[in-house]
Amino acid sequence: MANLENLYREVIMEHYKNPRNKGLVEGLGYHIKHIKNPSCGDDVTIQTKCNEGVIEDCRFEGSGCSICCASASVLTETMIGKKVEEAEAIAHNYLKMVSNESIDPSIDLEEAEVFAGVRLFPARIKCASISWKAFLETIKK
Amino acid sequence: MSNPNWRQEFPQIKNGLVYLDSAAMSLKPQRVIDAIDHYYQDLSVNIHRGLYPISVEATDLYEQTREDVATYINSEVEEIVFTRGTTSSLNLVASSYGLANLNEGDEIIVSELEHHSSYLPWFEIAKKTKSVIKFVPLTKEGRITVDHFKTVLTEKTKIVALTYVSNVMGFITPVKEIVKLAHSIGAIAVIDGAQALPHLKVDVKELDLDFLAFSAHKMLGPTGVGILYGKKVLLDRMDPIEFGGDMNDDVTLTDATYKDTPYKFEAGTMPVAGIIAFSDTIEYFNRYSVKEIESYCMELHIYALNQLKEIEGIEIYNPNSDTAIISYNLKNVPPHDAVTYYADQNICMRAGQHCAKLVTRFLGIQSCLRVSFYLYNNKEDVDRFVSTTKEAISFFKNMGF
Ligand SMILES: Cc1ncc(COP(=O)(O)O)c(C=O)c1O
Repeated sequence: MANLENLYREVIMEHYKNPRNKGLVEGLGYHIKHIKNPSCGDDVTIQTKCNEGVIEDCRFEGSGCSICCASASVLTETMIGKKVEEAEAIAHNYLKMVSNESIDPSIDLEEAEVFAGVRLFPARIKCASISWKAFLETIKK
Repeated sequence: MSNPNWRQEFPQIKNGLVYLDSAAMSLKPQRVIDAIDHYYQDLSVNIHRGLYPISVEATDLYEQTREDVATYINSEVEEIVFTRGTTSSLNLVASSYGLANLNEGDEIIVSELEHHSSYLPWFEIAKKTKSVIKFVPLTKEGRITVDHFKTVLTEKTKIVALTYVSNVMGFITPVKEIVKLAHSIGAIAVIDGAQALPHLKVDVKELDLDFLAFSAHKMLGPTGVGILYGKKVLLDRMDPIEFGGDMNDDVTLTDATYKDTPYKFEAGTMPVAGIIAFSDTIEYFNRYSVKEIESYCMELHIYALNQLKEIEGIEIYNPNSDTAIISYNLKNVPPHDAVTYYADQNICMRAGQHCAKLVTRFLGIQSCLRVSFYLYNNKEDVDRFVSTTKEAISFFKNMGF
């Protein structure tokens, strides 16, 4: 039960109920990636715009469980303003954290740290990862 | 009434496990595990090919299962084809019978209740043959009825591919009347029995079925074993879709001939251990009668349903299910969040689309929770499920859902 309470941290619930950067926009220079998990119904699209090596905008659209939606929202806030290399390193580190693999402690995950509780729920790793994986696709060269 | 033997025959039930996912896969009784053990410990050799005693015994046991299955569903022995599961059985019918007999403009009737394995094979064959998929309009509640079936049956209908029992709604399709109507215009019926065999006695002669597919693992049997029943005249006319060892009669540089039904469909090394053990599963159903098992499951089902209906904050999608399946959601809680709460209490159930996206679409939802009861469950399981449901609702409310 303590683990469950730790999974649904206040920050996560706050992002779930008031998602940031939600809704896709029309515009030049956006890269877009849509990922679906057909077994559970998670369905996320990430849209990213880079300018001179910096993430200028990052948005999402989608539906799914609270962990899926909140992690997409946190992703967008974390990434906007980051250098592309930095963003990539953060995303990889985040994906390791939720999968319970060893992480690089020198990389600051900022607010995304709240998803650490996911590692105790292997069935939910996918929910927490889907939008971050989609994001990595949008910044692939 | 529960039989006191039932629960204790399932070694998987321990450490407080509450298993409510039998519609996905049933647990296995000790005697089925022992039969698999016997094969691996004492035989462990291939069938049909060997000319030594343990291979002869393995072959006899393998063929014994075919006889037992045939007797159980009232077919001829040669009408039983072993496959990997319902999915393979249905694909075999579609890829062989379907491809050979469907022409441009022919119609295939399916429904939105189909599991993907009873829809996608026909969807693909329809594309290849330019035939047309037609859906039986479901009733408001989500049922297939004879009247609704009549509205899509035409002179062009060649195949009627329907589920006998829906794995999400638990509704029983009026198969007998539908098959009769299908035959009256010369169509054949391919029935997905995956959810039916665990709960109903199926007599293929009485229902006059052309094809019936089911899986051992949903009816107390091993994984990797399925059955395709087909009328002999139809199977005889069908080409195999897999070619290889064991299924051929003669091979020359310029020609090949194949064995008779059903052996021509069993290419290569089959899941021998599982097929042998499936005989013990059939024995189990003969001993206890599926009617007795089903009436007990429905007793648990009604006991659970009556309590769930009293709980504020639940939406039940099939309150009138004919079998022991409840599909529902906690209001405002995505099912994947909810299922984590149950899992944390060692209550196993399903959350998702249950390989039946057309059903969740029909219900207007992304996905849902599903519990299903079987003979090894008891009232304490239901009590724990119900009380955990109440706790989950208040937990998620507190978390702000
Ligand atoms: C109605 C129905 N049809 C077909 C299947 C597929 O069975 P299998 O996965 O054993 O091939 C299932 C099982 O999930 C089912 O419930």
